[in-house]
Amino acid sequence: MKALDQLMQAFGAAGGDRAVLADSATAHLVADGQRILSARQVEGVEVEALETASGISAKVRVRQGMRLNNPVHLCFGVLHKKGSQHISMDVRLEKNSAASFIAHCIFPDAEEVIHAMDAVVVIEEGAEMRYAETHFHGMHGGVEAIPRAMVRVGKNGRYFGDFNLITGRVGKLEIDYTVEAGENAITELTTRVFGHGRDVIRITEKVVLAGEQAKGLIKTRVALEDEASAEITGITEGNAAGARGHVDCMEIVKDQAVASAIPVVRVTNPLAKVTHEAAIGSVDKRQLETLMVHGLSPAEAVDVIVRGILK
Amino acid sequence: MPLLEITNLSFQAGPTRILDDLCLSVEAAEVHALLGTNGTGKSTLAYLIMGCEGYRPSAGEILFDGQAIHTRRIHERAQLGITMAWQEPVRFEGISVAQYLTLKNSDLDPAPYLAMVGLHPGRYLARMVDRSLSGGERKRIELASMLALHPRLAIFDEPDSGIDMLSIHDIINVIHACKENGSAVLLITHREEIAMIADRASQICRGRIVSSGSPQQVAAYYKSRQCLACATEVCADESP
Repeated sequence: MKALDQLMQAFGAAGGDRAVLADSATAHLVADGQRILSARQVEGVEVEALETASGISAKVRVRQGMRLNNPVHLCFGVLHKKGSQHISMDVRLEKNSAASFIAHCIFPDAEEVIHAMDAVVVIEEGAEMRYAETHFHGMHGGVEAIPRAMVRVGKNGRYFGDFNLITGRVGKLEIDYTVEAGENAITELTTRVFGHGRDVIRITEKVVLAGEQAKGLIKTRVALEDEASAEITGITEGNAAGARGHVDCMEIVKDQAVASAIPVVRVTNPLAKVTHEAAIGSVDKRQLETLMVHGLSPAEAVDVIVRGILK
Repeated sequence: MPLLEITNLSFQAGPTRILDDLCLSVEAAEVHALLGTNGTGKSTLAYLIMGCEGYRPSAGEILFDGQAIHTRRIHERAQLGITMAWQEPVRFEGISVAQYLTLKNSDLDPAPYLAMVGLHPGRYLARMVDRSLSGGERKRIELASMLALHPRLAIFDEPDSGIDMLSIHDIINVIHACKENGSAVLLITHREEIAMIADRASQICRGRIVSSGSPQQVAAYYKSRQCLACATEVCADESP
C-alpha cells in the first residue's frame, strides 16, 4: 500500500474525511515524515512546501480580502514505528482575509517518534484565522510532540486556536505557544489533552495583549489518569489600555496522576485587566452523584464528566 | 405494600441528630408532599433515600418495593427506579441538553420532555448544561430529565426554589405528568399551593413527621402552628 493510502487510512480511522483530498476546491498538504505526499492550492491561497533533511518546510499565504469557504487541510504524520518529522510553517493571512485550517497529526504505530512543529503566523489587519489541530498518537505512548508557535495578530484581527489530543496515548507533549494581539484584536487558545499511562504533558501558552482593547482567552482542559503528569502554564500580559484577558485552566486527576497549574497574569497598563481561574482535583462529587441519580455507574459517570470537559 | 416505606429512620451528623425516628410511606403512583420549614431535615431525608455519599442512617430502615436499600449505592437505587431532582442542580461542561436527557437511553427522543417544561427543543437541545444557562433554565432541564427517566419514584427537592425564574404552573404540570406516567412522587416543598396538588402530605419538624393526612389537613396544621417547635423557634440548620 502506498504511503498516502496508509496515511489516509489512518486519517479516516481517526475520524477525518478522506474525500477532502479529491476536492479541487479545498487546499491541502499531506506529509509522511520527510516526504510530501500530496498538496493542492486553490485560488487565493498559495501553499508552497519543500522536503528538507529533517522534515517539511511550508509557506501558506492567504491573499488580501480572500475569505475561504473551505478549510485548508493539513495532514502530517509518521507511519513507521520509529522516525522524526520537523515541520516548519510560515503562515500569513493578508489584510481582511479569513481562513480556517484543520490539521491532523497522525502517528498510529509510533514507538519512538519525534514530531516537532515550529510555526510563525502573521494575521494582518482585519484578518481572521481559525486553526484546529487534532493529534492521533496510537496506544504505545511513543510520540514526543513539540508544537511551538509564534502568532502575531494585527489590528482588528482574530485568531482562534484549538488543540486536541484526547484519543490514544499522549507520550510526551510539550506545547509552547505565544500570541501577540494588536489593537482591538481577539485571540482564543483552547487546549484539550487526556493523559494516560506515564504520559508527560507540559503546556505553556502565552497571550500578550499589546494593543488597546485587545482581548485574549486561554482555556485549558486536561484529564489525567494512571501515572500521567501535567504542568500547565498560562500567561497573559495586559500591556495596553482596555486590554482584557482571562486564563481558565481545569485539570481532573485520577489514580496516581499528578497535575499542576501555573496561571501568570501580568499587567503593565493600569487600564488593562487580566483575570485567571484554575481548578485541579478529582471529579466533582455533586456532578458524579447527579449522573448516578440518572442510573450511570460511577465509572460511566466519570467517563461522561471527563469526556465533557475535553469536548 | 407501600412503594417506599421508611421506618424509625434516624440520622446523626456529628453531635447533631438531623432525623429522629422518622416514619413515612409513599404508595405507588401517589404524590406525597413533604412540608417543613428550613433546617427540619427535608433534604437530608431525600439524600438518605437516594443514598448520597455521607448519608447513611444511624438507625431505622428504608424499604423500596419491599427491599431494604440502605446498603445500595446511588446508581443501584436509580436502577431500581428511584431518582431525584436536586434543589440546586449542578452544571456540566461539554454535556449537551440532549445528551443529559438521554444519558441512560440514547434512543429516547428528548424533545417532548423539554417542551413539557416550557423550553423550545430547537433552541435548547444543542446547548450545553453549563454556566451559559440561567438558574431557571437549568432547573427546567432538571425537571425534564425526571420526566425522561420515567422513574418509579421521583423525589423533587424544592422544585419551587428560585420561583421567580420558574412558574408554579410548570412545576405542577411536571408533577401531574409524572403521576400520569405512573411514577410516585415525593414532593419536598415550602409552598402550600404546590403541596395542594398532592394526594397526601406530611409535615416534618426537627427530623420527625409531626402531621400526616390530606394536604389541606397538613397545611392547616402547619399554619396553626400546633407543632410547638415550629411555633417557637427556627429549627437548627441541617448539614448539607
